Amino acid sequence: MDLHLMDAAPTEAERAAVDGFLGAPDTGWEGAHERSARDLRVVRGGREAREQRHLLLPALHALQAGVGWISRGGLNYVSQRLSVPPAETYGVATFYAMFSVEERPVNVVHVCDDLACRGAGGLALCEALARDVGSEGADVGGWTWVRSPCLGMCEQAPAVFAQRAGRPEVALGGATRATVDAMVAPDSTVVCAGGIGAPQTLGPEGRERLRLLRRAGVVDPGSIDDYRAHGGYEALRSAIEMGPEATIQAVSDAKLLGRGGAAFPTGVKWQAVATQPVRPHYVICNADESEPGTFKDRVVMEQDPFAVIEAVTIQGFACGAEHGFLYVRGEYPLATERLEHAIAEARHHGYLGDDVMGHGFAFDIELRRGAGAYICGEETALFNSIEGKRGEPRNKPPFPVTHGVFGKPTAINNVETLINVLEVLRVGAEAYAAIGTEGSAGPRLFCLSGHVERPGVYEVEHGASLRDLIELAGGVRGERPLKAVLLGGAAGGFVGPDMLDVRLTFEDARAGGYTLGSGVIMVFDDTADLVDLCLRIARFFRDESCGQCVPCRVGTVRQEEALHRLVSGATIGTREDELALIDEVAQVMRDASICGLGQTAANAVQSAVSRLGVFDGGAA
Amino acid sequence: MVGLATVFGAGGGTSSYEEAEHTDLMLLWGSNARAAHPIFFHHVLKGIHNGMRLIVVDPRRTESAEWGDLWLGLDVGTDIALSNTMAREIIVNDLHHRAFIELATTGFDDYAASVMDWTLERGAEVTGIPADVIREVAHAYAKADRAMICWTLGITEHHNAADNVLALINLGLLTGHVGTYGSGMNPLRGQNNVQGGGDMGAIPNKLTGFQDIETDFVARARFEREWGVPIEPKRGWHLSQMFEAMEEGELTALYVIGENPAASEADNQKTHKLLANLDILIVQDIFMTQTATMADVVLPAANSAFESEGTVTNSERRVQRVRPALVPPGNARDDIWIIGEIATRLGHDWGHPSAHDVWEEVRRLSPMHAGMSWERLEELGGIQWPCPDESHPGTQFLHARLWSEDPAEQGTKAPFSVVLYEPPVDELDEDYPFRLTTGRRLDSYNTGVQTGGYTSPLRREETLDISPEDAERLGVQEGERVRIASRRGEVEAPVRLALGLRPGLLFMTLHFPDQVDVNNLTIDAWDPKSGTAEFKATAVQVEKLAATGAEDRP
Repeated sequence: MDLHLMDAAPTEAERAAVDGFLGAPDTGWEGAHERSARDLRVVRGGREAREQRHLLLPALHALQAGVGWISRGGLNYVSQRLSVPPAETYGVATFYAMFSVEERPVNVVHVCDDLACRGAGGLALCEALARDVGSEGADVGGWTWVRSPCLGMCEQAPAVFAQRAGRPEVALGGATRATVDAMVAPDSTVVCAGGIGAPQTLGPEGRERLRLLRRAGVVDPGSIDDYRAHGGYEALRSAIEMGPEATIQAVSDAKLLGRGGAAFPTGVKWQAVATQPVRPHYVICNADESEPGTFKDRVVMEQDPFAVIEAVTIQGFACGAEHGFLYVRGEYPLATERLEHAIAEARHHGYLGDDVMGHGFAFDIELRRGAGAYICGEETALFNSIEGKRGEPRNKPPFPVTHGVFGKPTAINNVETLINVLEVLRVGAEAYAAIGTEGSAGPRLFCLSGHVERPGVYEVEHGASLRDLIELAGGVRGERPLKAVLLGGAAGGFVGPDMLDVRLTFEDARAGGYTLGSGVIMVFDDTADLVDLCLRIARFFRDESCGQCVPCRVGTVRQEEALHRLVSGATIGTREDELALIDEVAQVMRDASICGLGQTAANAVQSAVSRLGVFDGGAA
Repeated sequence: MVGLATVFGAGGGTSSYEEAEHTDLMLLWGSNARAAHPIFFHHVLKGIHNGMRLIVVDPRRTESAEWGDLWLGLDVGTDIALSNTMAREIIVNDLHHRAFIELATTGFDDYAASVMDWTLERGAEVTGIPADVIREVAHAYAKADRAMICWTLGITEHHNAADNVLALINLGLLTGHVGTYGSGMNPLRGQNNVQGGGDMGAIPNKLTGFQDIETDFVARARFEREWGVPIEPKRGWHLSQMFEAMEEGELTALYVIGENPAASEADNQKTHKLLANLDILIVQDIFMTQTATMADVVLPAANSAFESEGTVTNSERRVQRVRPALVPPGNARDDIWIIGEIATRLGHDWGHPSAHDVWEEVRRLSPMHAGMSWERLEELGGIQWPCPDESHPGTQFLHARLWSEDPAEQGTKAPFSVVLYEPPVDELDEDYPFRLTTGRRLDSYNTGVQTGGYTSPLRREETLDISPEDAERLGVQEGERVRIASRRGEVEAPVRLALGLRPGLLFMTLHFPDQVDVNNLTIDAWDPKSGTAEFKATAVQVEKLAATGAEDRP
């Protein structure tokens, strides 16, 4: 490796933070203070050293969490420890929003001003902080605050998330000035709220009809015994008894489609990986839930973490993998904590390790944290992130089933998809396939937020209508008139009140030209400012575009600029010219972007224009 | 080249570049190819990408060593000790290739006996490499399905250069890592046409095509017929012998083509004196080199890379066409034209043969080039010698013959060589406690004649590279000028801290002779077999300059 380290030296605190994760360096070459006699004669490097690259993101996390920022010295030390050129490390560190290469206060409060939170107090909180405390990003006595994209706690809007160097990160809903003050106080005792508002997850017929959420709010998320007492690890036992092939067959027969947005048949994906002659195989649970308005996976991970672990174990068993990754969104401290605990418990009790359940197959799971990059939810970007690189998507083909993480066959599924596998194995493929509609088998989770009476995660069987879901959540808040629903997230689209009776199934969505996306149903009543929401969405995509491919990098900026001109009235040409420009940019992004981010970045704005007439000369 | 020619009869690297991409293990020994052979190293990088294990043997932890899976930082000049220790370890563990040794080699028993006292412990003591690591490398090399040893001047710029090469070849013979695809013994050439120079006869005892001038009567007769003159069966001098002959007064006229001995030779105070004492010094070059400034006659030459027609031969023995892209400036002329004209002035009218005419003569005289018509060279993108006739595709790797069970096809078996370890001539003592070794950097080339005129963002001026531990002990800081003295001379240079060095080991380049004449320090002890001088091992002392030193920091 051509490693040109910088002169900058780490402080002892930085060293300790990195060593806390990587262990103390073995040799002077890796950063030990002294060079031993052996160091001067022998170095092991090469492949062994380069293969540590995948530890880059966790090492940077350790540094950021330990001292609050990534200095030149700290960055240099991480580079030295992992044999990664400092320029590469810098490229990675600056890619992720949770890392700062500029010195900043040790406590940073991220205040969500995204779609659900902005109208629910998020903007007001930002204004209050700016007025009473200091401007965004300014050091106000050991802490600062910044605006944040969706934190995935829309049912508890407004949400705040605090990075606190040397102390645990914390995310809280229903935030006020007092919440923020408590988070940053030197003697802060604030912890993440562990409970769940039980009614939020109830279907119409009560708990007994719940399948995916049947343990949520009931089981102790910290206890493997309690999990087992509630039916835990029965699905894994079934899978082991059936064998990998029959397990995949069951998933195929159950007609399980991926819940991550693309609706790809899970059985087909697993089959493709399982039959690859190339070894090793990997499995990944994509828990980088970042689509604005989405929080279902977080609720599952927080309330039923062992179910996720069991499902990934089945995924690994079926696909012939010995190593699984669980890539959890960086802003989910409680989910991370509970999953880490669950993994440790599962290992301790023999549900992970060299001999899972005493049945002779080896499997283990490594939890990896994202670091604030929406794009890493895209599967190939997520691979790069695990490998210690900038989270930039790869071209497809080759597809992950042949060339996934580390270039090996990889099955990657989203959390909701995986816990559906538990249900498939619990009730049997035939019974599962009978749930829902012809083209959309099984239950489905929806994230209800915005102006509804009871925001939360709702589980229904496929076939329910948009109206059913809104009614489940208690209807529009205060019985005000419905103005619009954002369906499927920022990458989805707006629908108007005229579409309340559409069925939320894959086949209906495809036929009707709308998308279920990640199950977002964000409801807006007549007080909502749709123009403002469109601007926020445009800003979101401009911020989150990874910048790798031109259509998206430039297109998301042009889109936002055009919207601002429409709002200010300083249009170039007529309003129609601007709208035509937006359409043209959208088409280019859709046609030519590498990944789904660019391909969908114009959806919401375009749907607002076409379905709701926003920007139609003041309709909003 | 002498070592390879001794054992195999041909002085060329045995493998092709492509094989470096598909071997399983490469021992890069005494070579910083990353910096000094960057083109070859691209093939190494492809090999690494394909899963090859790279082990680098070098006193310094170089850029190349940083790419290695394992680096062995042996003491300067202990290569034979390391090789012999590895050999013993391989033999006593029964990892040697008995079938190949039996079939294709001679002298194994003597060789085996000669290495038996090189226990791991003794090897570790002499080389400085921990015994367990020597053992690991010996086993890895012997067990690899395909393995290559590549070396450069770290092996050959020693007083016992040929023995160093023989020691490495012994390892290849011992394990059968020669004559098959992906296995071989390869000296890396520092220039695009070093191989070609030797192939064309620029070796004291060889005619074109490695045909021995003293012993190969058939070949000599062929040259005599072609040239119409008798050729004496008498070898010439190599460079170091030429300087000795100058010292003795036997050599009084020197015609230098494309070399810069005034800057590149060891102990250059002596070199300058000898050159100045010549009756006549003629220099033919494309630059006004240090040597050219001393010359009686300077013949400006065309650049062989892009102002001339002809061929070059690279390290993998591939002969390739070169065509002129530019017209040479001023009165600069093609080398062939100049030589022809000198012949004419000396009373032999050679006319002015074209490069193609000369090449056709090479094909008539050198059997290994016979099949290489210009048309074929063009069509095939170059051909690797030997290529005896126009139906022959060229030879990707050498010495497959050794594996043949047909004695006629196999030809001469390859002899093991008993090689004894001798430490460097310039010994360390209390007065000269530091070992100075020299080498090259990526951005510069040899004495800087061809690179000094270009800027490079990588270029630093000459420095004395020193370990941080030694710098601290001497009380010197980065950039501070120090005096470096050997038993022959002294220079001053700024210090640069280099982690790749261990205490006691220093490094300088030879790229900036006008700034720091490093060859003031080096010793002109040279290898009697190859004529290469011991640039790599000089005993020196380092002295902090008085008071003013620190102010010189850049």
